[in-house]
Amino acid sequence: MTTTVERPDARVPVADRAFGVTFSGLGRAFASRHEASRPVLRDITIDVEPGEILAILGASGCGKSTLLRIAGGLDRPTSGSVAIAGTAVEAYDTRCAVGFQAPRLLPWRTVQGNVTLGLPPGTPKADGKASVTRLLELVGLADFADHRPREISGGMAQRTSLARALARNPGVLLLDEPFGALDALTRLRMQDLLLDVHAAAPTTVLLVTHDVDEALQLADRIILLGLDGDVPGADIRQTVVVPGTRPRDRGSARLAELRARLLDGLGIDRHSADGRSEPDLAGPDLSDPTPNTTSKGTP
Amino acid sequence: MTRHDTIDPATVAPSDRGDVAAPAGNGRSRAPAVRLPALRALAAADAPVPPPAGPGSGSRIADQTWLRVLGGAVVPLGLLVAWQIISTSGMVPTSRLPSPEMVWNAAVDLAGRGLLSEYVAISTQRVLTGFAFGAGIGLALGAIVGLSRLGDILLAPTLGAIRAVPSLAWVPLLILWFKIGEESKIILISIGAFFPVYTVVSGALRHVDRELIEASRAFGLHGMSLFTTVQLPAVIPSVISGLRLALAQAWLFLVAAELIAASAGLGFLLSDSGNNGRIDRVFLAIILLALLGKLTDSILGLFERWAIRRWA
Repeated sequence: MTTTVERPDARVPVADRAFGVTFSGLGRAFASRHEASRPVLRDITIDVEPGEILAILGASGCGKSTLLRIAGGLDRPTSGSVAIAGTAVEAYDTRCAVGFQAPRLLPWRTVQGNVTLGLPPGTPKADGKASVTRLLELVGLADFADHRPREISGGMAQRTSLARALARNPGVLLLDEPFGALDALTRLRMQDLLLDVHAAAPTTVLLVTHDVDEALQLADRIILLGLDGDVPGADIRQTVVVPGTRPRDRGSARLAELRARLLDGLGIDRHSADGRSEPDLAGPDLSDPTPNTTSKGTP
Repeated sequence: MTRHDTIDPATVAPSDRGDVAAPAGNGRSRAPAVRLPALRALAAADAPVPPPAGPGSGSRIADQTWLRVLGGAVVPLGLLVAWQIISTSGMVPTSRLPSPEMVWNAAVDLAGRGLLSEYVAISTQRVLTGFAFGAGIGLALGAIVGLSRLGDILLAPTLGAIRAVPSLAWVPLLILWFKIGEESKIILISIGAFFPVYTVVSGALRHVDRELIEASRAFGLHGMSLFTTVQLPAVIPSVISGLRLALAQAWLFLVAAELIAASAGLGFLLSDSGNNGRIDRVFLAIILLALLGKLTDSILGLFERWAIRRWA
């Protein structure tokens, strides 16, 4: 998968603007039946640069998706705040577009109709149609524009969902484990597609994932959410700047070190790390062997 | 998904999809506009899933319709033959079981006096009017209760209680209020048609996929646009089954209304003939009710099939 990116087509109509996202002391607690409120997130403070790809990594149930939903105005923080380009996020903020974990397509609409749903309100009909057509070509679904979601495969549905999010021409693209439900091969290819799209028009991307390798392959920076001992509510345990330019060699040694660190941070013993076997297979470059041995050493 | 590993799905699609809408098969064989490197790999990876090859695809649909019509006629024709045999054999006296010929003659007799068409017309008119009112109000209140939390809290308990009242309990009240005119019958039929529609619509709207609604909200839909884009299409199949139930209820309530107080209509024909011992006419009325009920239901059924193809 160490493809070189062709210089993207200038006509590709994806985001031509990118906004920074600022989380300041953000916390979220949910009311529960047993306690007054159960904190899920606390004290999240981070500045996401315009055009940056930030991966949000963490174990299941640590509040990754909650953080993303708050950034998009699908949920509200109970303390602190989040702002996009300096102004507070509104409910269902129109500057964002969301790619959900499941494609969430309208089953009675065609692929094309579903992508059309993502267009910003007030788009002139002709422009919208042209834009949808180009997006469908971008994600390789031009020939399936008239199919219904049940007539296409899961990977195609997920690409439709991505095209719908891109149709918004978003200043911030929020992706909630967008490739999580796909088979391993399709997932790798979707990641490359996302990188191509981002190279063509760098928008800000917040990517929730539980896949360390996905985060390393895609992100400029990774934040690791987790609990601090017995304190309830996850905060940012680690912030990792991923070295190198994309697309990155999936088998590189530096990434392997980072992977080890992040897996440790997730509390995963590297013997049983589920992402381990993938880079081994994908890294044919023997001059750059992956240090996947059992050495305990972490930086 | 990886069956066509090295084959472009665009060229695979037509043969994969049988005779439905072959994209490249109708002269539109332009090359897929694949520019990005990752995409080429991706395009090769997942071919489309073939459409569910269920019954009713392609040219077999016409054969199946004929099969259904013919198959559906077998039992009624068998019953007619059995009826004819039993009545000609004299096993059952004609005062209990009139022969098919007697029923036919009764129909011809009533038709000759212009009563048959009048009764059918007035009954159908009452059913359709009552159904239209009941279903219309049911759709409106079902939408209010299904979409608005306030409407649910305020209205649902009361409507539930009214639904619990046995339908015939309304009859004395309606007769006291509206005498035995058209209003009392149409209101009774409306009550009958109202509840199936109300119940189905409010329930279906409450259970529209929350994730779809959230996704649509995230893409800027709200209020009326959300309703027409997501909620309405999502409930259309259930709404139509509610309408079919309501139509059946409307015929039921028609007969109840006309049995009790009417001077025309199929229910009146039933009760009047019953009182006068005209069993041939009783049979005629029952057969007509069966035919009319089935006919109106079939019309809605056609609409339902169209709607499900369109929306589901």
